[in-house]
Amino acid sequence: MKTTIYTLIAMLAVSAGAQAASQNFDFKDPKGVNNAVFKLDAPLEAINGSANGISGTVEFDPQNPASTKGRIVVAASSLHVPNPTMKQHLQSDQWMDVSKFPEITFDAKELKNVKTSGDITTAEATGTLTIRGVAKEVTVPVKLTYLKDKLGLRVPNQKGDLLVVRASFPISRKEFGINPKAPEDKVSDTIELTLSIAGASRRS
Amino acid sequence: MKRTLRRMALIIVVAAIALWLVLGANRGWTKTSVAVVTLDEVTGLEGRTYKKRFVPGVDFLAVAVAGAGVLAGLSMFVRNRKQPET
Repeated sequence: MKTTIYTLIAMLAVSAGAQAASQNFDFKDPKGVNNAVFKLDAPLEAINGSANGISGTVEFDPQNPASTKGRIVVAASSLHVPNPTMKQHLQSDQWMDVSKFPEITFDAKELKNVKTSGDITTAEATGTLTIRGVAKEVTVPVKLTYLKDKLGLRVPNQKGDLLVVRASFPISRKEFGINPKAPEDKVSDTIELTLSIAGASRRS
Repeated sequence: MKRTLRRMALIIVVAAIALWLVLGANRGWTKTSVAVVTLDEVTGLEGRTYKKRFVPGVDFLAVAVAGAGVLAGLSMFVRNRKQPET
């Protein structure tokens, strides 16, 4: 009985220790650098734009990067392309319907094939990508860079760590119901997405 | 009148081509903003902001040529003033 109690206490202590080691990183960037870039091929010129309305939190443990999980949110209204007519179309109900679906989200559930070298971790993140109200399970390659005590260099008078997340992957426009009727000879079905974001974990 | 319309058409085409060339000879669509990429030295991330700038594209040229075409077409329906008989 005593042994069982000690084992339980030890397990709880280990579990509490593990939880204490994981940090929450907030991806609302005060510097406005965080961005998601999208690209679709089209006959005259590739449609190239970006979104910078990024928020969300990621739970990351530098000692155990495989346990990383979190949620990244992109405000659909921040999607921008340099051509004003194209931007109007992009945000309209035929394409992204931003008034009805104001958020694009990625809920990361687990990391697979995790490889860590120094502060850099590469892995495949599995999670749910929701665009235009359509949720799909996807696995995307990610690169995480843990920058210990570097928050002060970005945001003066603040102490803490930074987590940089980079991901680049294709999605199918039709699978997410993004103007599925648009012919592929006018605009490609494949959308190349590139996410370049940094989150901060503040310490007092 | 006929001559004036044709001159206007020519001026529109020449001015549109000149503007297109001066503002970067963009062979894509017209843009009203351009991306400015900045490097965040701490994270190594490239941030993107947009600066307002008019960059005419081939659609701008097409509209100018079409406008000039309409003027030139109209000029065909305008009669020359009658020359006084000698």
